[in-house]
Amino acid sequence: MLSKKQLFSRGMLDIAPHMLSVIPFGIICGAIGVDLGFNPYLVYAMSIIIFGGASQIVFLQLLSGGASSLVAVTSVGVINSRHLLYGAVLSEYLEKLSFIKKLLISYVVVDQGFAESNKFFKKNKTEQYLHYHLLGTGITMWVCWQIATLAGIILGSFVPEELGLKFAIPLTFIAIVVQDLKKLDHVIVMLVCGISSLLFFEAPFKSYILISPVIALFVAALLLRLKK
Amino acid sequence: MTWLSITIAGILTYFTRMTMIALVRRDLLGEKIKAVLAYVPSAVFPAIIFPAIFINDYGAYIEMNDPKIFGALVAIIVGYFSRNVIATIFSGLLSYWIIIFVFLS
Repeated sequence: MLSKKQLFSRGMLDIAPHMLSVIPFGIICGAIGVDLGFNPYLVYAMSIIIFGGASQIVFLQLLSGGASSLVAVTSVGVINSRHLLYGAVLSEYLEKLSFIKKLLISYVVVDQGFAESNKFFKKNKTEQYLHYHLLGTGITMWVCWQIATLAGIILGSFVPEELGLKFAIPLTFIAIVVQDLKKLDHVIVMLVCGISSLLFFEAPFKSYILISPVIALFVAALLLRLKK
Repeated sequence: MTWLSITIAGILTYFTRMTMIALVRRDLLGEKIKAVLAYVPSAVFPAIIFPAIFINDYGAYIEMNDPKIFGALVAIIVGYFSRNVIATIFSGLLSYWIIIFVFLS
């Protein structure tokens, strides 16, 4: 039986390699926010209020491009809907926690933390304080994300506009999905989404950001049916 | 207005995290919905990637020889083989900068 402290530090250790990508990503996220012309306090507040890297960038990019707030908020919801999946998987291990503890621990569920803690949970089902591992991965992510976005906001105010830092936005998202290019079904879904986004780019309120995922998810559901 | 939207986006995001853990029974999401949710990144992020590369600041399609296309291709190749997020982003930025500052200036 591992102690709470041991589990917490094990979580920190397991998440550590991810900091190599999380910290630069956070710096870019902060720098881009300032580059797009937003109030630095607002850019930073998102790291606490939303605490979801990709969705923070998308939100600012959409607003700066003239999207309506409703579209920007909805797209954050769509992007972050993947957390429902994480929650469904993790809930098996968090069942014994009190309601309040469940509410608190939910705030630190993020992609990388989910991936590492879920791996650990599967192998150590019998541990009594398993959730301390999730706290270890989640809190480490949170602290690093705060520091990285702050650093980005400070750096961003020095970056000259000619550098075209905005181009880092598509590159960041390429880095997120590039490994899925190995799977044909994912490639099809990506192409459907990408091409739809170009076709519907002129749709009012920048709603292409919602229309194309809906079309792509519909295709994904069709592909799943074909696979069976 | 922006502050209000951020707050709503934050609450919405928190609900995506909390709902399955604290509010509902986990078997509420059927296997089918879970399988579709796994496609969310592939179904969402290209909608950011494609317009940011192929459409310029004035809303027009770019030329096929635009430095952004080259930068994106370099990033995809480097990312695919290196599996490294930083290498992916910086190889793309660097090749883009080399073209705009060395060849086009």
